[in-house]
Amino acid sequence: MPEAARDIATKAATAPLLSVRGLNAWYGEGHVLHGIDFDVAPGEVVTLLGRNGAGKTTTLKSIIGIMRKRTGSVVFDGVETVRMPSRTIARLGIGYCPEERGIFSSLSVEENLLLPPQVRPGGLSVEQIFELFPNLRERLASQGTKLSGGEQQMLAIGRILRTGARLLLLDEPTEGLAPVIVDDIGRTIARLKSEGFTIVLVEQNFRFASRVADRHYVVEQGRVVDMIPNAELDANIDKLHAYLGV
Amino acid sequence: MFELLGIPPQALFGQLLLGLINGSFYAILSLGLAIIFGLLNIINFTHGAQYMMGAFVAWMLLNYAGIGYWWALLLAPVIVGAMGIVIDRLFLARLRDLDHLYGLLLTFGLALIIQGLFRNQYGVSGLPYSIPPELAGGRNLGFMFLPNYRGWVVVASLAVCLATWFVIEKTRLGAYLRAATENPTLVQAFGINVPRLITLTYGFGVGLAALAGVLAAPIYSVNPNMGADLIIVVFAVVVIGGMGSILGSIVTGFGLGLIEGLTKVFYPEAAATVIFVVMVVVLLVKPAGLFGRTA
Repeated sequence: MPEAARDIATKAATAPLLSVRGLNAWYGEGHVLHGIDFDVAPGEVVTLLGRNGAGKTTTLKSIIGIMRKRTGSVVFDGVETVRMPSRTIARLGIGYCPEERGIFSSLSVEENLLLPPQVRPGGLSVEQIFELFPNLRERLASQGTKLSGGEQQMLAIGRILRTGARLLLLDEPTEGLAPVIVDDIGRTIARLKSEGFTIVLVEQNFRFASRVADRHYVVEQGRVVDMIPNAELDANIDKLHAYLGV
Repeated sequence: MFELLGIPPQALFGQLLLGLINGSFYAILSLGLAIIFGLLNIINFTHGAQYMMGAFVAWMLLNYAGIGYWWALLLAPVIVGAMGIVIDRLFLARLRDLDHLYGLLLTFGLALIIQGLFRNQYGVSGLPYSIPPELAGGRNLGFMFLPNYRGWVVVASLAVCLATWFVIEKTRLGAYLRAATENPTLVQAFGINVPRLITLTYGFGVGLAALAGVLAAPIYSVNPNMGADLIIVVFAVVVIGGMGSILGSIVTGFGLGLIEGLTKVFYPEAAATVIFVVMVVVLLVKPAGLFGRTA
């Protein structure tokens, strides 16, 4: 592991729930991740920030095991997962909400909500999910993809809360949503954090990320190049603008 | 007794019944094909051979083990379905990431091998399989004579099709299947064992073909070519219903059986081709099939 990356990693809290070291991943022959390093402590909300194509989404896919060709180390709760299939990784207690939300058009809202099996005790009940996302209760019989973009995002997050997963991987949950819905999603993530969920969030919208996250990792060309604690975000805003090209 | 366009009712309803029976086999077989295509993305050309194997396993159970029709209805689908699972694990699992064409070629080759083996062993003249005594005879309905066994085939097929539809559309297992058909990667990322689901689904689809074979055994002679003759028509049924559509397979299977029966009454020369004419028309008007979803 490069020294700079090791330095970044050691800034994270001790006894991490998720520890990623030297993660490499490939799409076919295309080498996309070149040694990602970061840690996430229990109860933390951490974002992966970066430009399009930097490797943020691929990092989440590699953690959950969707990327078939990957090397390095991904340790979740003390268990090395980098050689496990995604179904086994999910059953350790990791919930994944993909960028395109992954709502199934052939399933009703209720079927979408109940689809992921409970992998561990302690998941939210359907009633608790309805408290978080009241819209879903009224749309249970609708076809999943007939929901608005915001409702689909709520459904995509809601269904992994049922499973008992302790680590949530949320890929661009605010993408394409109206500001009022983005606020709702932000409040939901804050509430999930207060209830002890650990969250890795991929975001382009760092203003949104700054409202919910404890720390931000900056990803460039398949590597983590910086880590900025949320408390130091204002002091580093010019640097972050340079990273993100805004 | 009334006549319709000069056709006596016995002839009309007799042909409709024959159409309904053929439709029963079309429905079960196309249902199995649709389930397999939906989840595995494989056009299972071995389906006709597996239908034939169902009939042969029933015949073997009776002649080698003394096990009769009712047990064969249960055992033959399980045995042939288990063979399907072996085929999936040995061959089809290796083709998952390749184009459909590879699966089609492999299953076509397997069908030829299986049929060749059975032809070599049993010839092509056909082996008799008796109707179970409980279903022998028939009843006069006034306008036609209904053989009990043929009535049973229609009822049993309809029950199997509706039960399969119910499981797929209304249960948690069915939700897994439908979701895995759409996005197997994500379903796997939820902790569901998709490879096992795929293998069991293939086994179930093959079991349906074998069940149709057992039902067919007392009606048609048990013959190594019985599946090869039927499978082309069944593929046309699947295309008309919409590739991968469960409801489409059932409705189209029974519907086309009836259309074929009516054609035998009114224009017998076209009876063998009417299904393909319908297929051409449907492909021109609605290429995704009557119940299929456009991509």
